[in-house]
Amino acid sequence: MTAFGKLIRTTAFRLTLVYLFLFALFAASLLAYFAWNTRRLITEQITTTVNVEIGEITSIYNRRGLHGLLTTMGNRALRPGANLYLLTAPNGQALAGNVGSLAPGVMSVQGWSETAYRRIDEQDKTDHRALVRVAEMDNGFRLLVGRDLEERRRLFGIVAKAAQWSILVVVVLGIGGGIFVARRVLHRIDAMTGTTRRIMAGDLSGRLPVGRSGDELDRLAENLNVMLERIEALMTGLKEVSDNIAHDLKTPLTRLRNRAEEALARSGSEADYRAALERTIEESDGLIRTFNALLMIARAESGQARGNMDDFDGADVANGIHELYEPLAEDDGMTLQVKTAPAPIHGNRELISQAVANLVENAIKYGKPDAGVEPMKADAREILIEARREGDQVLLSVTDHGPGIPEGDRKHAVERFVRLEASRTLPGSGLGLSLASAVATLHGGELRLGDAHPGLVATLVLPARAGGSDRLAAQTQDVPQKAA
Amino acid sequence: MTATAPQMRILIIEDDRESADYLVKAFREVGYIADLASDGEEGLSMAETGDYDVMVVDRMLPKRDGLSLIGSLRDKGNRTPVLILSALGQVDDRIKGLRAGGDDYLPKPYSFAELLARVEVLSRRNVGPAEETTYKVGDLELDRLSHRVARGKDELTLQPREFRLLEYLMKHAGQVVTRTMLLENVWDYHFDPQTNVIDVHISRLRSKIDKGFERPLLHTIRGAGYMIRDGIR
Repeated sequence: MTAFGKLIRTTAFRLTLVYLFLFALFAASLLAYFAWNTRRLITEQITTTVNVEIGEITSIYNRRGLHGLLTTMGNRALRPGANLYLLTAPNGQALAGNVGSLAPGVMSVQGWSETAYRRIDEQDKTDHRALVRVAEMDNGFRLLVGRDLEERRRLFGIVAKAAQWSILVVVVLGIGGGIFVARRVLHRIDAMTGTTRRIMAGDLSGRLPVGRSGDELDRLAENLNVMLERIEALMTGLKEVSDNIAHDLKTPLTRLRNRAEEALARSGSEADYRAALERTIEESDGLIRTFNALLMIARAESGQARGNMDDFDGADVANGIHELYEPLAEDDGMTLQVKTAPAPIHGNRELISQAVANLVENAIKYGKPDAGVEPMKADAREILIEARREGDQVLLSVTDHGPGIPEGDRKHAVERFVRLEASRTLPGSGLGLSLASAVATLHGGELRLGDAHPGLVATLVLPARAGGSDRLAAQTQDVPQKAA
Repeated sequence: MTATAPQMRILIIEDDRESADYLVKAFREVGYIADLASDGEEGLSMAETGDYDVMVVDRMLPKRDGLSLIGSLRDKGNRTPVLILSALGQVDDRIKGLRAGGDDYLPKPYSFAELLARVEVLSRRNVGPAEETTYKVGDLELDRLSHRVARGKDELTLQPREFRLLEYLMKHAGQVVTRTMLLENVWDYHFDPQTNVIDVHISRLRSKIDKGFERPLLHTIRGAGYMIRDGIR
């Protein structure tokens, strides 16, 4: 497309054309109205003047007879000005007046008419136009009084000229303005297109130019920039994840392969092979679990799980997870307790349950007190699941009294596959906290890690469902439940 | 693990040749009559004409999508139990699958033991005992209405969740139930715990129903799950 083609195709330019047409139409009709009314006014003035004069002349004739009439006509005809006078005898002969020639037949028609004329004292041979009235007197004489129409014509000419010019100016200004605006818009759009092309080509760091005027294009560019930032962050995250996946999945895969190789190389008994195969299956099950967790995190982070949300009470989630994990904790020498108050949530129940389950699993795994480091407190082996509402937030927290996470490491601990040094030796995918964090983010909340002096308190902070508390308060007892 | 006569008829609709062949072979080895369809259209016509006890349907199929296949079967009044296999393992995919008329949903990759256990439970041969109000395995009795459990002359006290766990196991007495099946059906969770949380619940239940009795009823099936049955049978 040529530059001009692009220009005239812009919305700004097309809009300009529409407005141009409308303005031109408006100006033209305004001027036409003005011209027509002016003409009418002048015509009215002429008729009034002429009627008055005819009245005067007729009354002079009535009072002073033919002589008076002729004298008056002579006097008036000599006055400077635009009035025309003519008095003819019944035979058509001109007796007095200042009219040299008339269009033929004017004198024979009584009443108003427009005619071409020439004055008696005029040298040139051009005709003028006049509006005249012919009246017959009782003696058969005919009187013509009229007025030149030059004034009317000139005024009309001025208006016509004004119309021409104003329409010309409107058109020039309009098209010029249209081109100016269209070019300005086009220029900025071209700049944006250029940036988006670069971004599409792979350079995600590109940002759209934002002007200082704060107009609609600037706001659009700002919003698009925010979107680009989010995309860039996601892409960077994705890259980090794939690096981490490559690293953390390769390790178990290598182990898997080595074991199989080893089993093949060593010609053992059937029982040996069986054992090796069983270990292989175990290892691959672990891999599948890791994959599932990763997919779930990706799903939660991309916001796809938003479609599956309903209203429920976080207290039920806490109680359910407590019920599920209480025997496991006990087998591990811990006690799992739960304390709930109404905690209305709108969200994905399954994901939130899983997030809480992950926090509990972490607490069971890592939340054992350091043996002998300090005198054991009575509740050192207690893990507490809590659900409650605080203002417009719902808090689902899991507290243990293990070594905790040093403050500097907390942010790091939430990242995928991160297993802090202290826990490297324990089994686990290192995805528990990241999943919990992704679930919190999906619901517009966050995962907070804090100090339990000693120990870790991991809290899912989620927005509370508006207006849900009263109904739930009536249903749920606000009494801490003690584990059985 | 052998099926009782007459043989179970299973229809497998799966387009991936290798996994389809593996499934057919594995089901035949445990005594099923297994038929195979490799696309949605073929699967639909075979499902309509053949009399199958259970169907295993891959969710993504050529020519006709797995969910639409199930939908049109159900529209025509065919109630054959269907297990959906899918690479999409998320909760909402599962819900979509069940809404479309599937009876169970198993994400890939799966173990054959898990699939077999689910197919056995699903098969319409096994619908009967579910409606009974009392379950009986050996000298263990469970009354679903009064929530009473007794072994021989001894009355057993179970926690509500233990009761539901035992109820589910006894409903499927003689069949293998896997850990995920228990987590789904007794606890209604569909995620995959990283720990042996179900095993601990089972061992608690076991200590209540088997401890001190000569013949154990709750058995661990290696590599698959658990089964409740009278050891003699």
